[in-house]
Amino acid sequence: MIRDTTIGAKLWITAVWVVVAFFVINLLAMIATVIMSSFATRWLGTWLPAGWTTNWYFTAWSEFQLSDVLIVTFQIAFTVVALSGLLGVTAAYALARRDFPGKKLVMLLFLLPLLVPPITFGIPLATVLYQAGVGGTFWGVVLANLVPTVPFVILVMIPFIEQIDPKIEAAARVFGAGTFQLFVHVLLPMLLPGILAALLLVLVRTVAMFELTFLTAGPTSQTLVVALYYSVFAAGVRAVQSIDAMAVVYMVTTLIWLLIALRFVNPTQIVARAKQQQTTA
Amino acid sequence: MTSASSNSLDHRISLRQRLALRGIDGVTLLVLPAVLFLLAVFIYPFIYGLILSFKPKEGGTFANYRTFFSDPFLYDTILTTLWLAVPVTIISIAIALPVAFRVRLMTHQRLLTTILVLPVTLGTVLVAEGLLNYLGPQGWFSRTLMLLGMIDRPVKLTNNYWGVFSSLIITGFPFTFLLTLSYVSGVDPALEQAAATHGAGSWQRFRHVMLPLLVPGLAIAFCLSFVQAFAVFPSAVLLGAPAGPTRVISIAAYQAAFEQYDYSMASAIAMIMAVVQLLIVVAVLGIRNMFYRGSTAGGKG
Repeated sequence: MIRDTTIGAKLWITAVWVVVAFFVINLLAMIATVIMSSFATRWLGTWLPAGWTTNWYFTAWSEFQLSDVLIVTFQIAFTVVALSGLLGVTAAYALARRDFPGKKLVMLLFLLPLLVPPITFGIPLATVLYQAGVGGTFWGVVLANLVPTVPFVILVMIPFIEQIDPKIEAAARVFGAGTFQLFVHVLLPMLLPGILAALLLVLVRTVAMFELTFLTAGPTSQTLVVALYYSVFAAGVRAVQSIDAMAVVYMVTTLIWLLIALRFVNPTQIVARAKQQQTTA
Repeated sequence: MTSASSNSLDHRISLRQRLALRGIDGVTLLVLPAVLFLLAVFIYPFIYGLILSFKPKEGGTFANYRTFFSDPFLYDTILTTLWLAVPVTIISIAIALPVAFRVRLMTHQRLLTTILVLPVTLGTVLVAEGLLNYLGPQGWFSRTLMLLGMIDRPVKLTNNYWGVFSSLIITGFPFTFLLTLSYVSGVDPALEQAAATHGAGSWQRFRHVMLPLLVPGLAIAFCLSFVQAFAVFPSAVLLGAPAGPTRVISIAAYQAAFEQYDYSMASAIAMIMAVVQLLIVVAVLGIRNMFYRGSTAGGKG
């Protein structure tokens, strides 16, 4: 490793860490504000709230019908997880094992929904879904959320599948395994960590996906994040603390899944989607 | 002489073999469900939207586009959005690059990267909600600055440009940083060491060795971060001034679709949005092609 020992270099390094610290402190302070406010009796014009209470959680729970919203959120999220796993893993297997004409075009088709921001394709998509009569329903939200998650699963799974030696599959074939047996007894156990990681990230993304759900959800198919948006949008009608309590509930639901997911994946994988494996000579 | 039936059998087998040789067999067909699904819910709506945008509620084929580009309330949204997205992206990259250079030397990156993944996971709605309190006139941010004596009355950072700006930085910077980090760690450290052995200072190493190798990756990071920032929606509504200085293009599209129920106009705005994003991406990638492209791995030969 190269060590820079000049004063200029040391100042520069310090400056870099100061910037990082500034960012992280602000981020954590912002999250702390939300949590603290949700437990505050009254918090106006002081550093800390006047007193502490947990009543806002009960208020928010009944006011925003959080139990209904949470049930809908998880129904939608788990349906999206199951369907994107089914569509994504099979397609990833084909793409990892075969070279065929038009493969680049297919890869482009899977990259685009991840590159184009949800609000750009969400508006035409919502138009089509409303015309087809599924807009505003449970399945409309599920369909819209599947658009980015299916390609996400595919791109995360391709390197996982490529790691597995095709000879293992060939050996299973030699011993007479059918495609279904091959998949259940050979591939699935080896791919399980990868599938689990991909699907947990899909779960986090779906719970946190605002734009697509917002554009396609009706009154009975709102997820937690959309309900949170509406309550912040109509702020003033309800106590700030009650909205903050709902925000904490939302934070906890996403963070639990994120923490579980982080046990299986490297954080950079969440954003660097299709990073090519680099081999150094 | 072969009989007609065996001839056709030969033909069938050879067709199947020919397809298999080109990589098309039962396994390849597994890709079809996903392809058909995306054609139906991604490509079809886009084409549908494009056609719909040329069928306005009233007026000729291009009436929607003519309305958009003749009404300052509408066409100004492009500039408003660019005025947010471009500075945010440039600042994110400018900060992410030196930080990534330090972080790649760390042995325990995991804690920092995990903290940085937080805002990406929490999403824009929660960040906007949190910042409303935190940056508000009674929030900790203004209070701390006042305590330090840097200002004597609370700074206005919500319900204006700066509110949206900060929320875009908070949700955008981690994304840009993690992308940049993955590119910076991809460069073989041996290249930099070789430069150092030959007596290059830290600035020279950065300018003449690392930067040229990183330009292609940074261009991609710029495009991805820009496109995300350009589509800003919830924070512009909640944390900005959606009627004025932060009326971004997605607000215009949303209002056309769900407040005026003019899906044709909304599709036209969505198409304009896509075209502006595409133009910037093509421009950035065009600039990238003028730089070195190739392996960032050190070779021995």
